[in-house]
Parts: sequence; C-alpha cells; structure tokens
Amino acid sequence: MKADSDLFEFLLRMGDNTLVLGHRVSEWCGHSPVLEEDIALANVALDLIGQTRMWLDFAGDVEGKGRDADALAFRRDVWDFRNILLVERPNGNFGDTLMRQFLFDAWYHAILSRLAGSSDDRIAAIAAKAVKEAAYHLERSADLVVRLGDGTTESHAKMQAALDDFWPYTGEMFAADTIDTSLTSRGVIPNLAEVRDEWDETVNRVLADATLEIPDGTYQHKGGKQGTHTEHLGHILTEMQFLQRAYPDASW
Amino acid sequence: MMQKHKPSTEQIREWLDAVPDPEIPVISLVDLGVIRDIEWQGDRLRVTVTPTYSGCPATGIINLDIETALRDRGIRNIEIVKTLSPAWTTDWISEKGREKMLAYGVVPPQTGTACTSNSPAPEVKCPRCNSENTKLVSQFGSTPCKSSYCCKECLEPFDYFKCI
Ligand SMILES: [Zn+2]
Repeated sequence: MKADSDLFEFLLRMGDNTLVLGHRVSEWCGHSPVLEEDIALANVALDLIGQTRMWLDFAGDVEGKGRDADALAFRRDVWDFRNILLVERPNGNFGDTLMRQFLFDAWYHAILSRLAGSSDDRIAAIAAKAVKEAAYHLERSADLVVRLGDGTTESHAKMQAALDDFWPYTGEMFAADTIDTSLTSRGVIPNLAEVRDEWDETVNRVLADATLEIPDGTYQHKGGKQGTHTEHLGHILTEMQFLQRAYPDASW
Repeated sequence: MMQKHKPSTEQIREWLDAVPDPEIPVISLVDLGVIRDIEWQGDRLRVTVTPTYSGCPATGIINLDIETALRDRGIRNIEIVKTLSPAWTTDWISEKGREKMLAYGVVPPQTGTACTSNSPAPEVKCPRCNSENTKLVSQFGSTPCKSSYCCKECLEPFDYFKCI
C-alpha cells in the first residue's frame, strides 16, 4: 500500500508546531519573572511536547519506514521540518512569549476542536485529548494578554510591539495549500477558512479587551509549512538534537 | 510464586486498586480512572491504560508500577496497551479517590467542570478551614495536574486538581 503522503505531511505540521513551540517555551525554565509563571511555562511546554509524541508517532506509522517520534524529532534537518514560522520566532521578553502563545493557542484550540470530528479516527482521538489542554492554555494566555495589554503604560507598549512583530506570522496558519485542500475534501481536516473565522473572533475579542490594536499591514510571511525556514530553526535544532546527533541511539 | 490458574479480572482490578498514583500517592490508579480495561487473551493479560495529561511524566512510571504489581502476584505474561479514546477527563476520578485526595490536602476537581475556554472559575473551598474565600495564585502548580490556590481566611496555600 502506498503511504498517504498528504496525511504524513499534515501530521508533521501538527507535531513540528508543538515540538518547536514546546522547545521554545521550555527555554524559559528558570528564567521567568516569577516562580508561578516559570512553572506555568514549563507545564505548557510539557503538554506541547507530550502532544508532539502523539502526532509524530502517528506520522511515523503513516510513513511506514520504521521512524518513531524520537527519530522524527531528533534525526531530521531544518528543511524536513514543517512548522509554521511563528513558533520558531525567538522568545523576546515575557510579553513577546505570551503574545506568541496567545496567537498560537487561539489557532490550535480552533483547529483541534474541529479535528476531534475528523474522518480519521486516530486524528480525532489525539485532537479530543489535546483540545482540553489547549483550552486551558488559551484561557491563561488570553488572560495575561489582557492583563498586560490593559496594564501599565510600559506593559501596554510592550504588548503592542509584540503584536506588531508577530502579526505578519499569523497568516500562515490559514494559508491552505494543495495538501490542506485535499485533506479537507476527504474530511480529514477542517476547512481552514472556518478555523480562521473562529480565530478572528477570539483574537478580536481578546485584543479589544487588552486595548491593543491590530496592525494595518497585510504582508504575511510563509514557507514553514513547506520546509522553508528562518535562520532561527537551525539554532533550535542545534541545541535540541545535540545529544542524539553526538551519541546516536543513546538512551537512559 | 507460580500462577496455577488465572485470577479473575475483578481480582486484578482489586490488586491495581492498591497501586498508588505516583503524583498523589493517597489515591490508586483505579481511583484516578486511567485503567480502562483488563482482559485475558489466552494466557496473556492485557491491561488498557489511558494517559491523563499528554505530557505527564508519570505515564511511564504508571505502566511500570502496573507491571511490577502484577508480576508480584505471579502474572508473567502482561501486555500494557495505551488508548486515547475516550479521552481522560477529571470526571473519571472516583468518588473514593476524591475523598482521599481532599483528606490529603489536595482539593479534588469538581465533577462536570471540565475546562472550556470560557468556563467560569469554580468555587474552590480551602481543604483546611473549608472557607470559600480563596484565590487562584496560578493556573499551574507543583505537578502538571494541579493549580495553586491560597486561602484568604486561614492563609493556607494549597493545590487544586486542575479540571480538564
Ligand atoms: Zn483556609
């Protein structure tokens, strides 16, 4: 039987998003402004990396070449990663990290709640599991975006700068290519336009509460879903993959 | 000890009800609601387990503890399989487990309050003085399954089991 390459690509996109963002967020461990936030960020990272295992194990099974989640996470190079560019953006300050998280969470929750009804049973099961964690993450990131956006003059300015910086990286979440449209027509994934409608609704509501203004520009970066990445991803992989590259098959 | 005849699945469930959850050791794996099925397939015992949180570091330990407990009872041929569906929620925690958790000082999740992105904050009572005058300190706590609260009456800091 021929491997389902569209499905494989889609699962890499999901798993690489959670893997790269999970790794990024884990970089905060021990550096957050207060202990509670440090723990919260580490826990969010843990959830994302746990979800990565479900997505990438499934991707490996679909590919049928004997690669599991570890092999896919640690033995691929930059051009084989399929995450969106947003998640590889550097952490910046605490407000930058939260804004990136909120923009991601709003998308991830919207797509997961629809994937829970996927025609593919295993995707539906993974999504039903992950959506509850995503809801919890979204609740927290939205709350903090409002508190910091509608906070002091300085926190407001930082959150507006963060929004301006990340906004051009949000369009990629909804830019459907032939892989997406083919999977949508098979009922495996939702129509990304529908996901966009929910994301717009959430983002508009929360940013209004946060007294932040959506930037005017319409330019949107893209390429990550097809394997064209910014320089940042290579630096992430250098650190994340070091051990398996230096000591292949090391385990403990 | 050699296994002369196969113990019943009810018996095995009872044994697993004595295996503590690695993170809240006063409740058992059965109380936690992660044991989904126990079934003999010929001479092989298949135990179906569901994870709590996707990234819960205790998942591997839970599987190991199940295997160890059953081996101690003389069962050698064990298969542990994972199932994701239906997804675990805090509503799977048993009534007995909730009572033990509260006595231990961790406030159990309120049934039917599984989190949605716009759910109202639950009223969480202090496990020490029973006051409702408490506040959420952080949505995340000492382990992935708990959030941090503080009682404004007696000033006790305490954990509340997150609802998902
Ligand atoms: Zn109290």
